[in-house]
Amino acid sequence: MATEREIRRRVRSVRNIQQVTKAQQTISASKMRRAQSSVLASRPYEEKLRSVLNDLAPYADPETSPLLARREVRHSLIVLITSDRGFVGAMNANMVRTALRHADTLPETAWVAVGRKGIAQLRRLRRPTVAEFSGLGDRPSTADTGPISRLVTEEFLSGGIDEVYLAFTRFENTLRQVPTVLRILPLVPEDEDIDALPPLQYLFEPDAATVLGAVLPRLIEVTVYQAILDSIASEHSARLIAMRNATDAAADLIEDLTLAANKARQWRITKEMLEIASGAEALAKG
Amino acid sequence: MPLHIEVITPERRVYEDDVDMVIAPGSEGYLGILPHHAPLLTALGPGEFRVKKGGSEEVLAVFGGFMDVREGRVTVLTEAAEHVEEIDVRRAQEARDRARAALEAAAPMSAEDIQRAQAALQRALVRIRVSERRHRRRGE
Repeated sequence: MATEREIRRRVRSVRNIQQVTKAQQTISASKMRRAQSSVLASRPYEEKLRSVLNDLAPYADPETSPLLARREVRHSLIVLITSDRGFVGAMNANMVRTALRHADTLPETAWVAVGRKGIAQLRRLRRPTVAEFSGLGDRPSTADTGPISRLVTEEFLSGGIDEVYLAFTRFENTLRQVPTVLRILPLVPEDEDIDALPPLQYLFEPDAATVLGAVLPRLIEVTVYQAILDSIASEHSARLIAMRNATDAAADLIEDLTLAANKARQWRITKEMLEIASGAEALAKG
Repeated sequence: MPLHIEVITPERRVYEDDVDMVIAPGSEGYLGILPHHAPLLTALGPGEFRVKKGGSEEVLAVFGGFMDVREGRVTVLTEAAEHVEEIDVRRAQEARDRARAALEAAAPMSAEDIQRAQAALQRALVRIRVSERRHRRRGE
């Protein structure tokens, strides 16, 4: 059995760890609030843009808008979005697992990794990446995420890639983040039987091809941006929960160790008394 | 029948209200939208976005994007939009001067740099124009 002093030393070290996790928890809480509000604030933009696409679908001609072109799928590209830093519970592991499982259903997959954790995982699994992005920070702007959307758009337009997926952790609420795989290219209206709807008699200014040519790349850009905001909000939420669990676990451990220390102390006192008593008895006998 | 208008950027919802008329900076020139306008989708240039409601008028500066008009709803999706009160004229003037200086400087610039400076110049000019309009009206 460990001595009382050893146990007390462990209590002190666990208490130090607890202070660190508690501080980390507070930091995550404030980062999480900011990330959550920015992900929620940017959702209407993506939703509206998507509904514009749905309205435009009847006018869309894959000939003039190559982003809409459906081809036979030989080569797919998955953009795997993870966090740069760990201490987020199982979030990154779940994301990578979900993406890999999806990749198994595809004939051939190329990868783009966003976030250091995903980059490291893909390297470990010896899956080569087309490009790697990291260090986007906690508040990226569309200018920061632009290179990612431009890259995947170019890969798709060059014909080397027939479809592009985003693998990201969708933020639902603080307790729930869902690893999600979403196809972003080719762009397909959500409503598959959209042809059944009577098309609105739209006027385009200057003309349909120009407007579509501006709307479609923008939609890709915003979808990527939104996915990254979702992942950031998920990261901070997951870290908050992980740190809270760690703080709670440290509290339990401190309680157990304190009990063990007290028991060790009692055992030591009892032992000393026994020694004195048996010593006295021996003297009396002698 | 009022016209329901929303101005949304990727970062936030800038404006939402029921109004009488909007005047938007279309890519081909300014255009006015009244209730019962035919469905329209247009690209927007940088410029003043004016909203009329009752006797008053509100002005926003918008910087590119699209406007979707249908069934009494106007949705503006733009990269950036600012209320006139949010515009810092002095900063805009400084940005204008900086951009002009950069464009006139003899130093060689990459195409991307030139594009960025021109975009900055245009944004600054829109901001200045929008805020000047407001101040003129105040002076009347």
